[in-house]
Amino acid sequence: MLELKNISFQVTGESDEKEILKDISFRLEDNKFVVITGPNGGGKSTLARIIAGIEHPVSGQILLNGEDITGLGVTQRARLGISYAFQQPVRFKGVTVLDLIRLAAGERLSVSGACQYLSEVGLCAKEYINREVNASLSGGEMKRIEIATVMARKAKISVFDEPEAGIDLWSFRNLIQVFEKMHEQIHGSILIISHQERILNIADEILVVADGKLVKRGAREEMLPTLMGTESAASFGCSEIEKRC
Amino acid sequence: MDAIQRELLEAVSGLHEIPVGAVNIRTNGKSEVRKSTEHILIENREEGDGIKVVIQPGTKKESVHMPVLLSQSGLEEVVCNDFYIGEDSDVTIIAGCGIHNGGDANSRHDGVHRFFVGKNARLKYVEKHYGSGDGAGERVMNPKTVIEIEEGGYMEMDTVQIKGVDSTVRTNEAVLQKGAKLVVMERLLTHGKQRAESHFNVTLQGEGSGANVISRSVARDTSTQIFISNLNGNAACSGHTECDAIIMGDAKIQAEPGLSANHPDAALIHEAAIGKIAGEQIIKLMTLGLTEEEAEEQIISGFLK
Repeated sequence: MLELKNISFQVTGESDEKEILKDISFRLEDNKFVVITGPNGGGKSTLARIIAGIEHPVSGQILLNGEDITGLGVTQRARLGISYAFQQPVRFKGVTVLDLIRLAAGERLSVSGACQYLSEVGLCAKEYINREVNASLSGGEMKRIEIATVMARKAKISVFDEPEAGIDLWSFRNLIQVFEKMHEQIHGSILIISHQERILNIADEILVVADGKLVKRGAREEMLPTLMGTESAASFGCSEIEKRC
Repeated sequence: MDAIQRELLEAVSGLHEIPVGAVNIRTNGKSEVRKSTEHILIENREEGDGIKVVIQPGTKKESVHMPVLLSQSGLEEVVCNDFYIGEDSDVTIIAGCGIHNGGDANSRHDGVHRFFVGKNARLKYVEKHYGSGDGAGERVMNPKTVIEIEEGGYMEMDTVQIKGVDSTVRTNEAVLQKGAKLVVMERLLTHGKQRAESHFNVTLQGEGSGANVISRSVARDTSTQIFISNLNGNAACSGHTECDAIIMGDAKIQAEPGLSANHPDAALIHEAAIGKIAGEQIIKLMTLGLTEEEAEEQIISGFLK
């Protein structure tokens, strides 16, 4: 179980300090599927980066199974079982998809074992396994490879920052299946930052973060009706695609 | 061959034993092993130190191994080797130079390799440079490569220097005739106070000739690298040169890709990029459980792969 207690975070600007997160507390119970939603710029991504250890809160505590991990860095948290998918996946010259999946798995996974993860995210494994994770891959391909690396980690806690961003309609449907399957197989907790109604639809619990605060939380059944039609629950329809184009 | 020489041999050529096929192993200034084959003749040059390798026309899928090993501190040598690649042949030449310097005097190998690639011949040339030994004497290598590719010929040159060479100036000159192609991949890592200079001067003389000269390098500590590449397009041709470098510590890198188009249909491109490892790359690998140092090593080894 992951527990955040009174987490606050601020950045120092040229003339003042800006509060990004204000006194956020919540628990991510074992084997739960939780979605954090809310308007852009509300602090959701910062919260995900704080859980991964990339940013450190100015106050508050983070507990993993009762152990205080607030002072631990990215590597230590990863080794304790926290996995994090970047909103904008990172590209590497020379590092292949196979290299990355093997690093994620933490073992010299067989090629067919690594291909399995690519197939799960809807990529034709033999076309991608030896490709470099560089600028030749599209944003959507990068996003799927990023998700495959998180799957390969088999971590107890997986955090995804807007996994749907940049993904086309076909792979978006596939993405939902990927999350459902991960949830079934790993029996870990999944925390997703998303605005998408379809992702909210498969959550056990929904949290709304706005203006740096946790403003609402509850089970999907009670939360979803209150969010429909707002920015926090966009439907992935043609109008949405047009808006993005 | 002693243990140090065997280690050098493995580092520069990946060989544990004397390989099959044509071979010439030069140890401390002398030819220790020499073997010609039915289609590949290795003999001394008529003038000066060095050898002549003659590949008969039509020779296919054969290789020549020719490592140079220096384990005697203070030895300085200049060797000139000529390679005649016969028409329509398809061969691989694996050269390499390993210097172990356990003494205080400088050890130096200056090698000049001249390649004459015949019509429609294909050559893959691999060279690896390596230094070891903790003596105060420097390990110096100054390889010069001169290439002439006849009509329709193709040469791929893969040059690697990853460790232990204190000072190197490598000079590469090439002239390409009609339809000839040249692909060069240089991979270089310098550390400590090392200094490495690479000069490429490629002349695209014939119609339809093409060259692609790529350098990927990492400069660490207080090392210095200079990369100068010039493509001269004298006909309807295509050329691309690229220098991509990672800079670390207090290293210095200078990249000067240059193009000269002397024909209206010469299509030439250059690219050069120097930068630190992106912080996000390190963080991504750390989220997979690697330490910062492990992440850095992984990024460098991938980049130089």
